[in-house]
Parts: sequence; structure tokens; C-alpha cells
Amino acid sequence: MIAANLPALQVVLPLIAAPLCLLLRREWAAWTLATAVSWMCLAIAVLLLDQALHVGPIRYFMGGWAPPWGIEYRIDALNGFVLLLLCAIAAVTLPYARRSVLEEIGRERAYLFYTVLLLCFTGLLGITATGDAFNLFVFLEISSLSSYILISMGRDRRALTASYQYLIMGTIGGTFVLIGVGYLYAATGTLNMLDLADRLAAISDSRTVRTGYAFILVGLSLKLALFPLHLWLPNAYTYAPSAVTVFLAATSTKVAVYAMLRFAFTVFDVSHAFGDIGLSRILLLLAAAGIVFASITAIVQSDVKRSFAYSSVAQVGYMILGIGLLNLPGLTGGIAHLFNHALAKGAIFMALGCIALRLRSVQLQDMAGIGWQMPWTMGALVIGGLSLIGVPLTAGFISKWYLLLGALEQEQWLLALLILGGSLLAVIYVWRVIEAAYLQPAPARQAPVQEAPLGMLVPTWLLALANLYFGVHTEVTVGVASQAARLLLGAAS
Amino acid sequence: MTPAMTILFAVFGPLVAVPLIALADRSPNLREAVTLVTATTLFLLVLSLLPLVSAGDRPAVALWELMPGLALAFEVEPLGMLFSLVAAGLWLPTAVYAIGYMRGHHEEHQTRFFACFPIALAAAMGIAFAANMFTLFIFYELLTLATYPLVAHHQDEAAKRGARVYFATLIGTSIGLQLLAIVWTWQATGTLDFREGGILAGHIGSGAAAVLLALYMFGIGKAALMPFHRWLPSAMVAPTPVSALLHAVAVVKAGVFTVLKVVVYVFGLDFLQETSASDWLLFVASFTLISASLIALTRNNLKARLAYSTISQLAYIVLGAALATGLGVVGGGLHIVMHAFGKITLFFCAGAILVAAHKTDVDQLNGLGRRMPITMLAFLLAAISVIGLPPGGGAWSKFLLAAGTVQADYPWLMAVYMLSSLLNIAYLLPIPGRAFFLPPPADAPRGLQEAPLACLIPLVFTALGSIALFFAAEPIAELLMPITTAGVTP
Repeated sequence: MIAANLPALQVVLPLIAAPLCLLLRREWAAWTLATAVSWMCLAIAVLLLDQALHVGPIRYFMGGWAPPWGIEYRIDALNGFVLLLLCAIAAVTLPYARRSVLEEIGRERAYLFYTVLLLCFTGLLGITATGDAFNLFVFLEISSLSSYILISMGRDRRALTASYQYLIMGTIGGTFVLIGVGYLYAATGTLNMLDLADRLAAISDSRTVRTGYAFILVGLSLKLALFPLHLWLPNAYTYAPSAVTVFLAATSTKVAVYAMLRFAFTVFDVSHAFGDIGLSRILLLLAAAGIVFASITAIVQSDVKRSFAYSSVAQVGYMILGIGLLNLPGLTGGIAHLFNHALAKGAIFMALGCIALRLRSVQLQDMAGIGWQMPWTMGALVIGGLSLIGVPLTAGFISKWYLLLGALEQEQWLLALLILGGSLLAVIYVWRVIEAAYLQPAPARQAPVQEAPLGMLVPTWLLALANLYFGVHTEVTVGVASQAARLLLGAAS
Repeated sequence: MTPAMTILFAVFGPLVAVPLIALADRSPNLREAVTLVTATTLFLLVLSLLPLVSAGDRPAVALWELMPGLALAFEVEPLGMLFSLVAAGLWLPTAVYAIGYMRGHHEEHQTRFFACFPIALAAAMGIAFAANMFTLFIFYELLTLATYPLVAHHQDEAAKRGARVYFATLIGTSIGLQLLAIVWTWQATGTLDFREGGILAGHIGSGAAAVLLALYMFGIGKAALMPFHRWLPSAMVAPTPVSALLHAVAVVKAGVFTVLKVVVYVFGLDFLQETSASDWLLFVASFTLISASLIALTRNNLKARLAYSTISQLAYIVLGAALATGLGVVGGGLHIVMHAFGKITLFFCAGAILVAAHKTDVDQLNGLGRRMPITMLAFLLAAISVIGLPPGGGAWSKFLLAAGTVQADYPWLMAVYMLSSLLNIAYLLPIPGRAFFLPPPADAPRGLQEAPLACLIPLVFTALGSIALFFAAEPIAELLMPITTAGVTP
């Protein structure tokens, strides 16, 4: 009974828990519930991915209504992988969040935070699990609306404008997706992704379909912060509460990338989407521009959190690059990077959250000498940074290796140099922080800076160690990513 | 213990020392004991592999595949055997020397200093024993990371600048060029294993081979080929024991060792000769060789002069590899050993002079031979070996390299070697010359004033070693012979 309904439980569990948190009101109760739910979700995600990998794609009909009338949830290697990532990040972020939320949001409003976080989590899980185009839009809105609230909870008053900015851009993006889905519905009369794929094949040349496709792609590009539609991201990440930055940075853009993969490869005919419209070239160009521009911008930021936010824009470029390469190693690299970058950025933003807790600042000049005062925190940040650069034995190296292989297979020498050049720019913006933290003398302070509390350090280090683990054991990441890539490309040929 | 276990212990064993050293923070004697025991054990482990390798065995062990087809694997072949012996063998004298130096010079953060050394050595062992280019690259990067804190040791503005150049050059070249070359090789051939005769033949055209070789040669920044040589003088901000072991032995020799590995086992000598892909490298290496020697002449700071001398001597080895002949490669391999002993002695002496007499520049050394006769005598012996004069070990390696130019039919390169050796004389011999034959300044203290015994013993040991190698060159060359099919016994 439970086993058969796992795909629904995956999404429904946090959805039910969210209003319960609201009713519980007590900070500790809401936190306990949210944490427990995130761990249960993780267990479900593991089971689902295992089933999807070994038995085959899971089809689940909501309420027993078969498509095209009912909503279908469909879990294959690709979204099973993304579900696992989402749940894993939630499961480590929630234990981490407690101390940080008490500090930055306060005990009275904490239960609201957990409510909204669970809603956001629900939305992201829903986007990933669903096999229905309209349902995807609904969950996109759930996750977006809740992330506006989460961002606005930041201590800095600029969080409000950041949230507002994201609201405007995010709503435009969401509306574009809705319009696009509407066009597709008008052209085909179905919203189920598999049905859509079937019917679109015959009419893919029609202007309605092309327009719809364009709307969806632009809408999703906004959500995944593809250069030059990334303007909302740096402010949002910089001013959001630490725990929110960790969660959103590691999940939300990744889910949008997944949605783009789903539309570009499953719903639309790949050869058509990439052949006639020339999407591949557009994506590669924007990805390349994003990597260069965002990395350079990251180098000149004085706020370290903002610097790594720009780095996220650059790293999204890598994922899109993998999609644009349109071959097996490239796509494998792109999907693996989705996972590996979440680990790296998660660890980095967690470490920055620890520093923000103790220093009440993440400005570069304030972080002078912090490496000797908070050795464990900075240690995790260094590992995350190395993974971001793509040093061997870290997770980031693995995905960049595949991206590079994909570029060389296409004989795209410039792209290969760009991938490496982006890594070198990452060296600069990571090493800036390391130099400040270890080689600058610490300023004289009234009270010595303490190491972060254990409750925050343990999750931070879990993610940091995950960067090392997945840099050495790649059966899970590369194995699943290449299976997912084969699935997507196989649908094409 | 099986050979496979020995290899794994040699590569990962030193890492065990790191937490022990950190724990022994409070009692320096215990901490140093850990270092000495680890260094001795490592050397014995590596030495126990020697009989197998010289008998023609290739002990190997494969761990697991990081990505499909790309395994973390080790295999000991003659070149790696030699490099690991040199690195592990010279760690012990360096450790003794470092104890004397760090205490005599009252350096701070000694625990961190001693904790980084085993990591660097483990990385060097990984490089030496790597069975494929992928494994080698992993340990190559690890070596850069492990040595960064050592270079930045003093944590002041100069250290920060020096370490920045060091790190940026090594990481920049390795990620920007070497990694590209490795992925290209993998993409073209489907393997990264080091195989006798190379793996590229038949997979890649001659023009592409030249470009690929360029990516490798410049990508191996540790070999300090111009224009990527600046990190070496910059890294001299490190304490002298670091310069001695890492920048005369482990790091730079890891660079030229990788060059030799790539030339012999990835390209293959025959393939290089057929395609003439390495012809351009002859010019770049010759240029580096001569110009670094010329710059060394102009440097008054003793360590800076030694650094440029190192750049020049590394180019000898790269040139030997570029010749793509058996003698060139064997001569290059031999020069790894000879130069390691010679140069480490020179650095030891520079450090001893700093600790005992607080002098850093060449023109301050007048008459120092009367106060520090043992140190300056050791300097003289090592200088003779580095120059390549008998009875220094360097005589043999330079002889083989010169013979390699004839074998490769580039006799004009012999002139490059000869000219550079003259330049070596010009920048090295004046140092002991000043010390012994010029009068000391009037205010100099009289009487003997040598560095602490812990500094003195290692430098005497390595100085005598570089002379002893003159008589032990033949077995080393014989060990290396099998790696080249075109080899001729000297």
C-alpha cells in the first residue's frame, strides 16, 4: 500500500506537514516535524530512485485517474536523481537551519519559516515528480511564491527589495511558462507530457507549438537564472537568511534546469528542438557568456555571499553548456554538475552562514584571519571551494571532466578552453577568500570569535565530505547521470 | 608484505603521520620523532621495491575506477622507482636539517610545517608510482595544494605574494593546459595508461601531436619551462628546508619526471621521432636553459640564484626528453638524481649560512670560508656536481645528455649544453671562491661559527652523496635502460 503510493507521498508528505507546522506554533515542534519529514522524504527518494533504476520508470496516476484526465507522476532515472538531491539537501539543511533561524529570524516567527520552507520544498518536489505540464506550472508557482517569502525574511532590509525583484522576474517567468503550456494545450488538447510528446511530433512545425516552446524556454531560463536573465539571483542569495540561501542555491535553480531538460528532451522532439530552431547554439552562447561574465563579476565583489551568488550564475552556465553540447558525455556532465554543484555550493553557503552567525558579516575584509579562529568552518569552505574549482578528488572535477570530454567530442575547442578558463576564474574568487581568511592578520576585536556551534558544523561538514566522497566514488552520480542522459538522448533517436 | 601492499603503504602511509604530528603539537621532540620514523619507514618501503624492479618486475596495484575506464592505479617502473627513491631518500636528511633550521631560526607554526611534509611526500609517491596519467594528475594537484601552506609559511605580505604566484602558475597551467591535454588524449585513444612505446601512435596526426605535446609540456608547470618559470623564484619565500626538499627535489623533479613519463609512455620515443612533434621543444628548452643561466648570473640573492639555476637544470632534462632518444631519456633520468643531490646540498648550505651568519646575498659571503669551512666545502662539492665536472655525479648525466644530442643528430645542441655548463661555473664557483679567497669584512667575528649539528650533518651527507654518485652512476643507468628500446649502454 505505502510502497505503491511512494511517488504521491514524496510530494504530499511535506505538503501536509506545512500547515501542521503552522498549527504547532512552537519553534522546537515545528522544527522537529520539518526535520522528520525531510528525512522521511529522503528515504522515499532513495526507494524511488532505486526502483526507477532497476525496474524502470514508475508511472503513478493521482487518485487512480488515468491520463489524459488525471495527473500522472512519472519517475525515471533523471527526476529520481533530482528528487534524491532535493531531499538530501533538505535533510541536511533543516538540522543546520535551527540555530541560524533562531538568530536571524527569531523564535516567534520560526514556525512560519518552517511552514514556508516545507511549502517551497513541496513545490520543488512537485515540479520534479510530475508528468503533467500544467501541474508543473502549479508547483512552480508554489515554490516561487514561498521562496519570495523566504527571501524576504532576511535580516537585512534590502532583503525586501531583493524579494520584490525576484517576485517580478519570477512572476514573468511563471507566466511565460503558463502561456507556453496553454499554447501547447491549444495545439494538442493534452497536458500529459508523454501524450504531448506523441502529438507534438506530427505538428512540431506549427507556429503555435514553436511559440509555446519559446515561451516555456524563456520562462524556465528566468527561473534557472540563465545569463542574461539572472538579475534577480545575486540580490536574492545575498540578502536571504543563511539557511534559505543554502536551500535555494542548492535546489531551486537545479530544479528549473531539470524542467528545461524535461521539456527540451522529453516533451519536444530533440532533433526538432535542437535542429530546426538552433537551440543548441543559443544555449551554448548564453552559457559561455554567463560563465565568463558571472565569474568575472564574482571576482570583484566585496561581499563574499554575493561573490558566490554570481558564481552560481556561472555554474548554471556549465549545466546549460552540458545540455547545449547535445552528446552523451556533455549531457552526463551537465546532469552530474547539477548534483555536484549543489553539494559544493551547499557546503560553501553553509560555511558562510556559520561565519555570518559569529561575525554578523560576510564582507571579505571582515573575514581576515577567520581561518585561524573558525578552523572547522573555513575547512569546509575550502573543500567546497576546491570542488567548485574542480580540483581532482572532489565532486566538481568529475562533472567538469565530462563536460570537457563532451566539448572535445564535438571538436568545440573554444568551449573546452572556456570550461577550463571558468575553472581558473573560480580559482581566483575562491582563493581571494582563502587568502583573506588565512594570510591576513585578524583585526583586534573586543571578544574573540568562536567556532560555530556543533549543530551547524555537522551538516556543513556532511556536505563538505560529500564533495570528497562523490569525487572518489562516482557510481551514483556519473552512473545515474549517464543513464539519465542516455534516456533523454535515446528518446531522440 | 606483498609488493602491492608496499606500494599502498608508501603512497598512503605518510598521511598517517599527519594527525600524529598535529597531536604532538605540545612536545616538539615527540613530533619530530614521528617525522623521522615516518621518513625512515618510507625510505625502507620504497627501497624494498628496488630489487623487484631492477629484476624486471613491474609491481602493480589497482584501487578502483573513479570514472568508467579511469582507475586509480599504481605500477612501479624504473623511472618511478628512481624518482621515489630520490624523494623518499632525501626526505630523511631534510627532516633532520629542518629540525635544526626551524629551531635555530626560531620559526613559528612549526607543527603545521612538519604536518604538511608527509602530505607532500605522499603526493610525490603517488606521482612516482602512478600507472596512468589520470592518477598522476590527481597526485600532481595534491602536491600543489599540500605545498601551498609551506610556501605561504611566514604569512606576511611577501609570503602572500610569492605563494600567490606559486599557486596561480601551477594550478593555472595544470588545469588550463595539462587537463585539456589529458582529456584530449583520453578522447583520442580511450586510455590513459602508461604503456611502453606510448599510446598515441596511430590515433593522432603529427601536427596535432605537436600541439598536444605543447599542452603537456607547458601544462606541467612544475617543470618550469619558460614562460611558466616564475613560480620557482617566487616560492623561495618559503623557509629553506622547503626550498631544499620541495623546490630542488620533490616538486620540480615531479615536474620533469612527468615530462619524461609523458614523452616515454604516452607519446613513445618512436612516435616522437617519426612525427618530429618534439622539434619545437628543443628550441624552447634550449632557450630556457641558457637564459635561466644568464639570469642566475645577475642574481645577488643566494636563494634566487639557486632558483634560476634550478630552472636551467630542469631544462636540461626537458631537452633530454625532447631529443626523443634513448640516451637523452636515460641522461634526463640520471640528471634527476644527480641534480637532486647537488641542489639540495646547495640549498642546505644557503640555509646554514642564514642560520649561522644571517647572510642572504652572494656579496656578503667574502671570507665566510674561514668561519664556516665545512659548509662552504660542501657547497663546493655540490657545485662541482651540478656543473657537471668530475668527480661529481652530474658529470655522468650531462655526458649522457650530450651523447643524446649526437644520437638524435642535433650536434649543435651539444654546444647549448656546453655553453650552459660554462655559465654554471660562472655563477656557482664564485660563491665558494669569495668565501675562501677573499678577505672577510673588518667587523666580521673570528673563529668557527658553523650552523647547528642538525643542519651540518645532512648537508655533509648529501654533499658526499653527490660525489659518491659519480661512482654509482652505472647501476642507475642500467636500471633505466629497459624503458627505452633505443638505448645504448654507456
